[in-house]
Amino acid sequence: MAAPLLQVRGVSKHFGGFTALSEVSLEVVEGERFGLIGPNGSGKTTLINCVSGALRNEGGSIVFRGEEISRLAAYQRTRRGIARSFQIPRPFHSMSVLENLVVPLEYVVHLNDADAHAEALRILKTIGLADKAATLSNRLSQVELRKLELARAMAARPRLLISDEAMAGLAGNEVDEVLEILFKLNETGITIIMIEHIMQAVMRFSQRVICLDAGKIICEGTPASIVKDAEVQRAYLGA
Amino acid sequence: MAFSFELLLEAILFGVLLGCFYAAVSIGLSVSFGLLDVPHVAHPAIMVLGSYCTYLLNRYGLDPIVAGIALMPLFFILGVAIYRFYYETFEKRGSEAGVRGLAFFFGLAFIIEVGLILVFGVDQRMVEAAYIGRSLALGEFRIPWRMVVAFGVALVLTAALTIYLSRTFTGRAIKAVAQDEPALRLMGANPVRIKQWAFGIATGVTALAGAMLIVVGPVEPSLDRVYIGRTFAVVVLAGLGSMTGTLAAGLILGISESIVLMQFGASWAPAVAFGLLLVVLGIRPQGLFGR
Amino acid sequence: MRRDWPFWAGAAATVALAAAVGLSGANEYFFYASFVVLQFVVLATAWNILGGYAGYVNFGTAAFFGIGAYTAVVLFKAAGAPLAVQILAAAAISGLLGFGTGLLTLRLRGIFFSIATVAVIFIMETAMVNWRYVGGATGVQLLRPPVMEPFESYTRMLFVVMAILAVIAVSIARYIEVSWIGRGLRAIRDSEEAAECFGVPTLQLKLFACTVSGALMGAAGAAMPMYMSFIEPPSSFSLTYSVSALAMPMIGGTSHWLGPVIGAILLGSVQQIVTVTISNEINVLVVGVLLVVFVVAAPDGILGLLKRLKWLLRSSR
Repeated sequence: MAAPLLQVRGVSKHFGGFTALSEVSLEVVEGERFGLIGPNGSGKTTLINCVSGALRNEGGSIVFRGEEISRLAAYQRTRRGIARSFQIPRPFHSMSVLENLVVPLEYVVHLNDADAHAEALRILKTIGLADKAATLSNRLSQVELRKLELARAMAARPRLLISDEAMAGLAGNEVDEVLEILFKLNETGITIIMIEHIMQAVMRFSQRVICLDAGKIICEGTPASIVKDAEVQRAYLGA
Repeated sequence: MAFSFELLLEAILFGVLLGCFYAAVSIGLSVSFGLLDVPHVAHPAIMVLGSYCTYLLNRYGLDPIVAGIALMPLFFILGVAIYRFYYETFEKRGSEAGVRGLAFFFGLAFIIEVGLILVFGVDQRMVEAAYIGRSLALGEFRIPWRMVVAFGVALVLTAALTIYLSRTFTGRAIKAVAQDEPALRLMGANPVRIKQWAFGIATGVTALAGAMLIVVGPVEPSLDRVYIGRTFAVVVLAGLGSMTGTLAAGLILGISESIVLMQFGASWAPAVAFGLLLVVLGIRPQGLFGR
Repeated sequence: MRRDWPFWAGAAATVALAAAVGLSGANEYFFYASFVVLQFVVLATAWNILGGYAGYVNFGTAAFFGIGAYTAVVLFKAAGAPLAVQILAAAAISGLLGFGTGLLTLRLRGIFFSIATVAVIFIMETAMVNWRYVGGATGVQLLRPPVMEPFESYTRMLFVVMAILAVIAVSIARYIEVSWIGRGLRAIRDSEEAAECFGVPTLQLKLFACTVSGALMGAAGAAMPMYMSFIEPPSSFSLTYSVSALAMPMIGGTSHWLGPVIGAILLGSVQQIVTVTISNEINVLVVGVLLVVFVVAAPDGILGLLKRLKWLLRSSR
């Protein structure tokens, strides 16, 4: 663990009169398992959207691997190593599970057709979806969809993977399955930012946690210290 | 270049009246597209349908504006039915249905237009009323009375709808459902019912808009095409969901068109709305007061 | 690519067939009608490249078609250019128009692109109405050049030209569909936000599809003035082109290149029959109604229905 992979400095975002993010700064180190928590509407997904490029940040800077990426389009950031899964799964619904992975393999990793299909199958095997390779992606169960989201992100061969509430609405053992996948990915060297509401999962997984509330960072530290923090408790339980 | 200050003033005056009229005919779209996010390209066609219904009632001696008001409940029901159908067939299915929803409304607009041609033919139709054909003398300017009437009705309509949306409970529910549907659900309200109601109101208002349309000038079935440009230009320039913006945008369009009409003639005037629309989309797509 | 040769064999056979028919003694009216149907094959195929593959609905087919026609007229009047040159120039100008429209609006949501395409129709039509050189509002008559050997009539030659154009259009569409470009476009259609996050340069791909689509529509339009020996704004920019180019792929099926072809041939033929036997207005009404019916009840078009039928038959065994 050494150099900072991602440096967010003073990033803000407004929607009309509403402030979603207010001068947020954070740093994620290479190889880290980083947790991002906060009540609904605190700005977590907005922050992620600004990092991934789905939204443009207002003011501040976002530096990834030493390069300022604020001005880059999302697909360019993906090609530089940032991948994300979506809170509400967004598979390419007219395509098979396999083909969903072929897209990033062709467009990010630049494999040719045959190699992309082979590599996609390999990824599906590691994640346990190989038997569904030919299934249309809109026919999957919830947990399978979540796995597909992660598999697709993996296919982009990211340095940084942002997992946006990948476990929301899953049953206990399903949560464990997904958590296992994330641990394995981290072991291969991928830095992971996890956004979750399932506290257990965040605490088990993260090495460091940041808590957002109303667009501002209210607490930062180890899982153990975060849980005890008065501000965090107030944010979740309401003042 | 021969430039007459008086002509310009007259054009601006006419443009203000015209602009208010444009705002009023676009306000239904401000609700259905701006707030409810329905790709309602058939809005102008329904307005023209309203014009023809007004024409029919006028044949039996009913004053056009009164006819328009009488048609509002009928069109309200029509709006509810259309939204219900749109929701069940397209919106429920999610993003897959975006293209189909758009194609549906396009097809609907076309069917209405051709239906009107089949029933009424392509000739222009006009209504008769005491205020049509006479002008008001204001100092040196002569303003057609029909424009004044349309202006008056437009102001009342726009004001009424704006007040409804911001002061009444259902009105605010409509605005709420546009901004934060999940929150509304949590409060126990049924978003679909609210949207249905809102679309019904938007369509009812469009009936009156149609009446104003045929008061302002003769109508023909293909009139909906140029009004796609005008209404969408107003709604986009205003900023989706902004009622006050609709008035401002309408005025901008009305005055621009009026000046172009004066300088370059009638063959260029329809292109103003479309040109304005393209400019806004290119430069500032969120409009003047956009969310 | 793997199983390409059947397609190319079919394409070559189609061109040969068209040439043979063009030289045969068939009824002159057949060529008039078939020309129109083939024109719609090109328009529907072109529309589908952006509309079916990428999910961006173009209402403005009439604009690209009309500008193609007017480009041909300008070149013909100014330089007596041969038909091939007219077609190429029309494709270039309409392609540019497609690129410009896309640049302006493809960054925004789909509906804004669609409304912008309506705007383009109006603006182009207004421009042509006010341009004396091409006849303004009343249009201009055109004298066809002497027909080239070995065709008996100019209409026959146009028929063969349009057949070749149709084969070219379908080949281009098919290439896009099976290539990585097609996969990217489908990703955009399915979930543009996800596509952008997985390396797909969405704006560039959309612009590409929009430009190619516009170019093909312009090419189809180039032959119109010679076909009619006449050009005028209302018929060149007729909204019927827009509705038909949209309805035909929706009816035939939008995810495969065969869909627009089927839709164009079926609906095009129906249109010819209805226009001649009943009236033009009823014809347009039929197109509108069929569009709505298919969009509501059979969203995957005829190809989709056939697929479902095949599945039903297979599972009932």
